Amino acid sequence: MDLAALKTQLKNFVQSMFEEGVLDNQFSQIQALQDSTNPNFVEEVITLFCNDAERIINEINRNLGYQNVDFSNLDSYVHQLKGSSSSIGANRLKLACANLRQASDERNKEGCLQAVQLITCEYCLLRRKFQALLHLERSIVELETNQK
Amino acid sequence: MGMAIDRDDTQFHVLAVDDSLIDRKLIERLLKTSSFQVTAVDSGSKALEFLGLNNNDADDDEEDEQRDSNTESVSSDEDQDHQDLGLGVNLIITDYCMPGMTGYDLLKKIKKSSSFKDIPVVIMSSENIPSRISRCLEDGAEEFLLKPVQLSDVNKLRPHLMKGRSKDIDSSHKTTSTRLITSGN
Repeated sequence: MDLAALKTQLKNFVQSMFEEGVLDNQFSQIQALQDSTNPNFVEEVITLFCNDAERIINEINRNLGYQNVDFSNLDSYVHQLKGSSSSIGANRLKLACANLRQASDERNKEGCLQAVQLITCEYCLLRRKFQALLHLERSIVELETNQK
Repeated sequence: MGMAIDRDDTQFHVLAVDDSLIDRKLIERLLKTSSFQVTAVDSGSKALEFLGLNNNDADDDEEDEQRDSNTESVSSDEDQDHQDLGLGVNLIITDYCMPGMTGYDLLKKIKKSSSFKDIPVVIMSSENIPSRISRCLEDGAEEFLLKPVQLSDVNKLRPHLMKGRSKDIDSSHKTTSTRLITSGN
């Protein structure tokens, strides 16, 4: 596939993520910050985000595994995940965090468990799409480098 | 944290404080894109450390004066040391919600410090809580930015930086800086 076609494919792929509400405009802001002086910015941010999100989701699950859930601790983790999601433009994941926040505020353990399932679902979807996105990005970079 | 910072007088130096790794990366990129020199730290106490203030100094200037009168050093020298250690920070931008010391706590400590009270402080938060915003602005924050912070927000910081810079300049060369009064819109 040639460079122009790859770029179009990437653009369309990101567009579909906007349309599905998986990503919002904040992600465009991040893309806009990538340039020749920072050619891997998007990949770096995505990588940081995914590592962080996985860490937090694990912590949340661990917290919910206790008989007596420490809800204020849980709240702190949800806040972090919601913040990161917002910063990268992960719209649906951010919304899923709001569910967990609510259940946690209500001290509703069962509600929390359900909300975490949704979060995990959304995260896995997002991660898959990010992986596809990065794959496209890397192919583009490779082609561009070869053309020089 | 060994750093060789080239003090370029034409560049503004911003100290960014945020416990979130992603947000630190973003704010750093936003600031650098706008040609600011950036130091990013992950906590209020690290910020104070960078400025050369430990928590004790920031809390109690009276204690400082007491100490100064007992030692050889003149208080203005110590102020200068603090300024030098702070490596000419022209603006501090901090997250509000951080474990331990919040951005608000940090704001208070900076404003209580004789060496650093004139450095403009900007607060960022993911939560739009009017009472929080007014409290920060009333207690000395120049601006309150809602996260995620955009490039346009960073551009709003320039007038505050000009103000911070003019304090550095010798009185004989003092320029009048435009004072922007913001109401946390």
